[in-house]
Amino acid sequence: MGGSYAIIALGYTIIYNGTNIINFAQGEFVMLGGLFMVTLTGKFGLSIFPAFLIAVAATALVGLLVERLAIHPLRNADVMSVIIVTIGMSILLRGIAMLVWGKDAYAAQHFSGDKPIEILGATILPQSFWVIGIMILVVVALQVFYRFTITGKAMLACAVNKTAARLMGVNVENMLMLSFVLSGALGAVAGIIIAPITLAKYDAGVMLGLKGFCACILGGLGSGTGAVVGGLLLGVIESLGAGLISSGYKDAIAFLILLIALFLRPQGLLPLKEMMMRQESH
Amino acid sequence: MLRVRSIKVNYGAIRALKGVSFHVKEGEIVTLIGANGAGKSTILNTVSGLLRPVSGEILLKDSPIHKLSPAQIVKLGVSQTPEGRQVFSTLSVRDNLILGAYPRRKQSDKSEIRKDVEEVEKLFPILKERNKQAAGTLSGGEQQMLAIARSLMARPKILLLDEPTMGVAPIMVAEILRTVKKLRDGGMTVVLIEQNAHAALSVADRGYVLETGRVVLDGTVEELLENKEVKRAYLGKGYQEVWE
Ligand SMILES: Nc1ncnc2c1ncn2[C@@H]1O[C@H](COP(=O)(O)OP(=O)(O)OP(=O)(O)O)[C@@H](O)[C@H]1O
Ligand SMILES: [Mg+2]
Repeated sequence: MGGSYAIIALGYTIIYNGTNIINFAQGEFVMLGGLFMVTLTGKFGLSIFPAFLIAVAATALVGLLVERLAIHPLRNADVMSVIIVTIGMSILLRGIAMLVWGKDAYAAQHFSGDKPIEILGATILPQSFWVIGIMILVVVALQVFYRFTITGKAMLACAVNKTAARLMGVNVENMLMLSFVLSGALGAVAGIIIAPITLAKYDAGVMLGLKGFCACILGGLGSGTGAVVGGLLLGVIESLGAGLISSGYKDAIAFLILLIALFLRPQGLLPLKEMMMRQESH
Repeated sequence: MLRVRSIKVNYGAIRALKGVSFHVKEGEIVTLIGANGAGKSTILNTVSGLLRPVSGEILLKDSPIHKLSPAQIVKLGVSQTPEGRQVFSTLSVRDNLILGAYPRRKQSDKSEIRKDVEEVEKLFPILKERNKQAAGTLSGGEQQMLAIARSLMARPKILLLDEPTMGVAPIMVAEILRTVKKLRDGGMTVVLIEQNAHAALSVADRGYVLETGRVVLDGTVEELLENKEVKRAYLGKGYQEVWE
C-alpha cells in the first residue's frame, strides 16, 4: 500500500512544485486510472500492458482538461481560490465517474495472478511486488526528469519565479499543462497498480487522495524524497495499526497521523536537507 | 541595433510610459537614468515582451519585435537581467546558469552549454565556488552576478540590465561595473538602468534621462555630466552616496 501512497504523493508534489497549488483532484486521477483499467481489460478484453498505457494516457488527458478548463481561466487568481476550484473539480470528476461506472466496486485483474507468495513466513500478494517495482521506476524516472533535463528544471523554475522563467524564454503556460499531464499520469499509475488490491470505485479517490496528501505532509510538501518516505511510512504504520488494534481503524490512523503531522511539523519530517543548505552558506 | 519609437504603455488605466523613444547602437553602453517610478523597468519589460505597448514600435535590427512573445524575443538575442535579481532561489547556482541557456536548448548540445558555463564562471569566479549551493543563499552582490551570468548564458546580442547595483555592497558595485565594461569591450551591446546616476555615467557611452514616463534629456555621457539639471537632480546626492 505504501508504494502506491508514495506515487499518489508524488502526483501532488509535481503540481505543487510546478505551481504552488495543492491539487485536491489528485485522488480522482487515481480513481480514474483504476476504473479505466477495469473497463479496458474487462469490456474491451485488452491485456494488461496495452490497457495500462491507454489508461495512463486517458487520465493524463483528463489532467490536461482539468488544467485547461479549471486552472487556466483562474491564472490571475490567488492560490487559495485555485485550490478550492480543484476541490470542485474532484467532486465533478467523481460525479461523472458515478454516471459512467455506477456505484459498484470493480475487481481489477491482478497483473500476475492472485496466488499469495510466502516469504519468511509472511504471505504477500504478487501484486505488491508490482506496486513496489513500479514505484521505484517512477521515482527514478522523476529524479532523472528534474535533475538531468532542462524541461524538468524549467518546471521547477516556474514555481520559484514565473517572471524570471518567462525572461529565460520558458513558456509558463505549457509548463503548467505539462505538470497536470504528468500528475494525471502518475495518479493513474497509482490507481492501476492498486486497483486489484483495493477494488476500483467511483469514490475510491477520496480516501486514496487524502492518504496521498497525508504522505506528502508527513514527508514535507514539495519534497520528492519526502513524498516517497511519507508514503512508505504511512503504509507501514497503517498496517501495523491494523494488525495491533483492528483493521477497522486503518483509515482513522492515517488521519490521526495527518493531524499530528500538521500540528507538530508542518514543514515535514525531512527538513534536514534544507537546513544543511542553509548552513553551507554561513 | 535596437530602436524604440514613441512607445506608450499602460498598467490598467494608468499610463506608465507616455511616448518613449531611444536607440542603442551596436557595441554601446546606453544608460537610462531616472528616479523611482520614472518608468525604467517598464521600458525594459516592454522590450522583453512581458508588457505590450498600446502604441509605438520596437525594432531590433530594423525588424519589429513588440508583438513577439518573451520567448521569441530572448531567442532573437535580447536578454534581460531583471530588477531585484530574481534568481531561482531554491535551485542550485549551476542549475540557474543552465536555465539561462533555455532559449537555445534546441540549437546547442550539452557540451556547448557546459563550455559557456565555464566561460561565465571565469567572468564571476564566485559562481564556480558556490555552484552546488542554492541560489537563495548567496549574498545580494553574488546573486546579482548570478543573474547577469544567467542572462549571458542565452548568448545575447543585447543585454538589458535593470539596476544591477541596487542593494549591492560597494566593492561588488565596482566589480559589477567593471564586468559590464568588459562585456562591452568583448562586443556586447548593453542597456543599463540605474538610479545611481554616477555609477551609470561612469561606464556608459550615452544616456537618456527619464521623468514620469518621458525622456526629458539625452546625450553623450560628457554632455550629461556637464548638464546643470543632471548635476542638481541626479549627481548631487549620488556623488555623496558613492564616495561616502
Ligand atoms: N504592475 C504594475 N501595476 C500598476 N502600476 C505599475 C506597475 N508596475 C509599475 N507601475 C507604475 O508604473 C510607473 C513606472 O514604474 P517602473 O517600475 O517602470 O519605474 P522604475 O523607473 O523602474 O522605478 P524604480 O527605480 O523604483 O525601479 C510607476 O508609477 C509605478 O507605480
Ligand atoms: Mg525599476
